[in-house]
Amino acid sequence: MDIALTNFVTLAAILFTIGVAGIILNHKNIIVILMSVELILLAVNINLVAFSSASHDLTGQVFALMILTVAAAEAAIGLAILVAFYRNRGSIAVEDVNSLKG
Amino acid sequence: MIQTIVFLPLFGFLIAGALGRLIGARGSEIVTTAFLGIAAALAWVIFVSVSHSEDKLSVAVLGNWFTSGKLAVAWSLRVDALTAVMLVVVTTVSFLVHFYSIGYMHEDPSRPRFFAYLSLFTFAMLMLVTADNLVQMFFGWEGVGLASYLLIGFWYEKPSANAAAIKAFVVNRVGDFGFALGIFLVFALTGSVSLDAVFAAAPSLANHPIHVFGLDWDAITLCCLLLFMGAMGKSAQFLLHTWLPDAMEGPTPVSALIHAATMVTAGVFMVARLSPLFSLSPVALDVVMLVGATTAFFAATVGLVQNDIKRVIAYSTCSQLGYMFVALGAGGYSLAIFHLFTHAFFKALLFLGAGSVIHAMHHEQDMRKMGGLKDEIPFTFWMMTIGTLALTGVGIPFTPIGFAGFVSKDAIIEATYASHGAFSAYAFLCVVVAAGFTSFYSWRLVFMTFFGHRGDWAGSIPHEDHADDAHAHDDHGHGAAHESPRSMLIPLAVLAVGAAFAGMLFAGDFKGETAPEFFKGALALGGENKLLADMENVPWWVSLAPFVMMLGGFLVAYQMYVVDKAAPARVAKANPLLYRFLLNKWYFDEIYDFLFVRPAFWLGRAFWKGGDGYVIDGFGPDGVSARVLDVTRGAIRLQTGYVYHYAFAMLIGVAAFATWYIFQGIGR
Repeated sequence: MDIALTNFVTLAAILFTIGVAGIILNHKNIIVILMSVELILLAVNINLVAFSSASHDLTGQVFALMILTVAAAEAAIGLAILVAFYRNRGSIAVEDVNSLKG
Repeated sequence: MIQTIVFLPLFGFLIAGALGRLIGARGSEIVTTAFLGIAAALAWVIFVSVSHSEDKLSVAVLGNWFTSGKLAVAWSLRVDALTAVMLVVVTTVSFLVHFYSIGYMHEDPSRPRFFAYLSLFTFAMLMLVTADNLVQMFFGWEGVGLASYLLIGFWYEKPSANAAAIKAFVVNRVGDFGFALGIFLVFALTGSVSLDAVFAAAPSLANHPIHVFGLDWDAITLCCLLLFMGAMGKSAQFLLHTWLPDAMEGPTPVSALIHAATMVTAGVFMVARLSPLFSLSPVALDVVMLVGATTAFFAATVGLVQNDIKRVIAYSTCSQLGYMFVALGAGGYSLAIFHLFTHAFFKALLFLGAGSVIHAMHHEQDMRKMGGLKDEIPFTFWMMTIGTLALTGVGIPFTPIGFAGFVSKDAIIEATYASHGAFSAYAFLCVVVAAGFTSFYSWRLVFMTFFGHRGDWAGSIPHEDHADDAHAHDDHGHGAAHESPRSMLIPLAVLAVGAAFAGMLFAGDFKGETAPEFFKGALALGGENKLLADMENVPWWVSLAPFVMMLGGFLVAYQMYVVDKAAPARVAKANPLLYRFLLNKWYFDEIYDFLFVRPAFWLGRAFWKGGDGYVIDGFGPDGVSARVLDVTRGAIRLQTGYVYHYAFAMLIGVAAFATWYIFQGIGR
């Protein structure tokens, strides 16, 4: 069975859009934002792997592995910040995170 | 020596003003009074030496003030006979007033300030009378105006005193406007402001036309009228007189010094000083005489019905200043200065005597609440009587023997008859009638204050007035009057000597054939001015007229205020319109309020609310800041502080860029 490249790219675009929408439309809590970021990275990875397999070039797949590593690190740091934040403010609701406003 | 006289009061002012807290009230009193005493003694020395020396004048140049193109103004002190007379008047009265104030003001907490102002005034007045050019005269002129403002408003916690001070300042501005224009015109015509240069250039300007506002004017006449406008303001002449009675809000010594003896006579002095200029313009002299005569008559009529002891004397001052201007208008400059000289003594005496009465009555000024003070304060009574005798002009007709006012005022009346101005007949009528009125109101003052019993006149106080004052009255009005301290009585005695004898002693210097010798060209008495000779040859009834009027005024006052005490109320009831007209001072304040004050307030409010508040603030600072605020309010709404909003903005940006490049790529 042979799946066309277009399908992969479409799937990646859908995942990316869901991720972005998750960041923007999410009003509940910050963990959802972290998950959305993971989703975006996943979409990128799918793109990389799809194009690397289509163009028979392994560099893309190597890159995908590196992104997975970075994503794992990022998730760890993000969650750590989240915990520290929760200790400070007692809440991780997105509505409460507006101290950027003077 | 002249420098010492002029600058000692300035040092007194600086010491009392700057170090008053350090040296205390007593120290300020001693310093300023002692300095004035020295100045007064030196002034008499100068007076004697000037009257005996052959020199016309001496000018001590102190330095250059400013030079701008042709206009060169120096600080200089000019001493001639006219200055010497003024020096004596100013320093003597000022010294006595300083001395008197030690007693009169002894309860006041801000005495250093008071004495500093008095000395400042004296300095400014001395700068005025010693000026050798018009600009320095203007400096002194404004200086005395400033000191007058400060002293009228000395009790600044009283709103009425502040209002009176502002009124005096504003009304004087009207006159000073004319004075300043006059100086400009003199400079434009003669190219100099120095007195000698102006007098030298003046005769060639006779019949010189000048084009102003589409009309041809006689240059000298216009000059003189503008300068006279300044004199009218400062000397409280008809139309610009309204500030003087209100100025009585100041402490009584101030009224004696500034608003009776010296500052208000600055106008007379100025016209006399510029007499070589004025004598070139018969029209200007006619105007001077007309205004003077009207003032003399008008102020005397108002004085008839006033009830405030100081206001009566204030209107009397106004009236006597009118006499001086009549003399100036007639060309009898030395007679005006003579009356100025004697008037300074007896009017200062009357004011200080009134101050003593007010002091005795615990700061009560309403004559209707007085009466019977003759036995309680006999010394003050006798001094006031001498002042009244001098003011009303008691003397023996056809002889030179009489009180000061007799010699000088009757000379003015004779000179008016002998003069040939356009308004001489009118002026003669005015001053003779005013002499009778003067006698009436002066004796009325004495009879109401010193004769009868306390409260004889309380019935004539309107009821609402009485109710208002009732409690204050109980506080102090009924207490026994007490004679003033010695520091207040000594100046009275000195001034009383002056009021009694100054006329007889100095008559030779000011009137008759010997006057031009004394003044030695300081006044325009020579040449075609034959007035001093003519006035010796007036008919006998002219010399007798003021005496008869004086006697008549005395008898009527005696009848109404001692014999038949119901008469004043009866007369007032019989002529209600006339009485109200006089009581309200010919309604001048009301007319000015309607004509000038209210439109000025209206205009001011229009500019303030409409011009500044609405237009300038609305479209200027306030408008700009409001627009800026609108923009920032929008900008603030963009800054929510939510990270996902910023992320969304970034996304939009990225999308926009991507779209742009994609479509550009297609187009290529």
